[in-house]
Amino acid sequence: MSVPLIALFALALLPASVLAQGSAVDEIAKYRAALQDGNPAELWEARGEGLWKSPRGPKNVSLERCDLGLGPGVVKGAYAQLPKYFADADRVQDLETRLVFCMVTFQGFTDAEAKKGPFGGPGRKSDLEALVAYVAGQSRGVKMNVSQAHPREQEAYRLGEKMFYYRGGTHDFACATCHGDDGKRIRLQDLPNLSSTEGARKAYTTWPAYRVSQGELRTFQWRLNDCFRQQRFPELVYASDASIALTMFLARNANGAAFDAPAIKR
Amino acid sequence: MSRRSLLLVAVAVLGLSRLLQGCATAPPDSEVSATAAAVLKSSFKDQGQARLDRLDQDDTQKACSLPAGKTVPKDVAGRIEQENLATIRWPADGRYVGDWKNGEKIAQEGRGMQYSDDPKAAAGANCYACHQLAPQELSFGTIGPSLYQFGKRRGYSDDTRKYAYGKIFNAEAYSACTNMPRFGHKGILTEAQIKDVVALLVDPDSPVNK
Repeated sequence: MSVPLIALFALALLPASVLAQGSAVDEIAKYRAALQDGNPAELWEARGEGLWKSPRGPKNVSLERCDLGLGPGVVKGAYAQLPKYFADADRVQDLETRLVFCMVTFQGFTDAEAKKGPFGGPGRKSDLEALVAYVAGQSRGVKMNVSQAHPREQEAYRLGEKMFYYRGGTHDFACATCHGDDGKRIRLQDLPNLSSTEGARKAYTTWPAYRVSQGELRTFQWRLNDCFRQQRFPELVYASDASIALTMFLARNANGAAFDAPAIKR
Repeated sequence: MSRRSLLLVAVAVLGLSRLLQGCATAPPDSEVSATAAAVLKSSFKDQGQARLDRLDQDDTQKACSLPAGKTVPKDVAGRIEQENLATIRWPADGRYVGDWKNGEKIAQEGRGMQYSDDPKAAAGANCYACHQLAPQELSFGTIGPSLYQFGKRRGYSDDTRKYAYGKIFNAEAYSACTNMPRFGHKGILTEAQIKDVVALLVDPDSPVNK
């Protein structure tokens, strides 16, 4: 049994009633520190590298001719400058949307085939999660540098900002309800303030992440999708315009911070 | 007018038109809001009990979708509170207080209204996600204020009981653009459930008031 798992079970066995609040938080901090020892995300990165370099699809070519913004096949540092406007797609794209575009354009997959199973689960691995893990890992240590040079990039940012504050649903929640103030938490879970530069930097640079509680590597599209589920909204469509606009808003706010993912989270 | 000053005027006019053009390319704020709402609508799909109509904002939601650091103008806040106060259905029997033990269960329950939740099961209020209540529960959130000793601090009066009921039914009636959901108005909790949560807050026997 790995150290993180032992720590997880040890934490679960602690009777909450005998712990003062402070020490419960300390234990969680220790558990999180223990998690940093080994990150299973490496398995996703390795599988993703294979998927990136292998000839696949009806046209039997690799993704190495895919331009992620720094030229065809350039993976190093690509994630840290996304989302951005791509003239060939005439659209602002995040990494996941761009990967789907390249799978369709170069490898000959249909759009539906490329987007099939974006999130893995028990007994089903997601190729997209693996590809994202690989590409994102190649930006580790690179400073976030998301452009606002193109009018469409500016438009995406402004729309994403509006969506961040958009209240709706049965509970009147917006993203900002939980992520608009410093030092708040839900139960014992700390909430990043994504409306602040510091909060956006800390949060955005640590996705994608291996989620211990799920045994899966999760992408930023997944993060948004599951936030909206808890927000009591309907389901966010994968690679939709709203998902890209929100990603633009948060990624741009993280500019200047060193990218540090795939990370590991509870 | 000399040729030189004519030239200066021409340059100034050109500059002004450039500037206006620049303004014209950045759409006004209200237009961005409308576009954002339309893009949201096209970016979601029905799932389980969560249908697309959840993205349709009512007046309160629209007025309260404010960017960081902005607060709602005083007159708008007054209107929001008035409109929401009018939605509160006070209990027909005039009693605001139910069973605090049930209230504690409802306060702990986080499920309800998500597309992943069973639509037939009663929704919880998930109070502990944002508030401290009974001191035995250490896992509480801090988005809302601590409600520990709510009844004890405010006095066990009919006003306190009525306020607690109204606040849970529709919090926007008391504090415009609050983060707190409108549990009665939006049909998240039933009248009986709200009474039980009120009991958790105002019953002298509730652990909240110990």
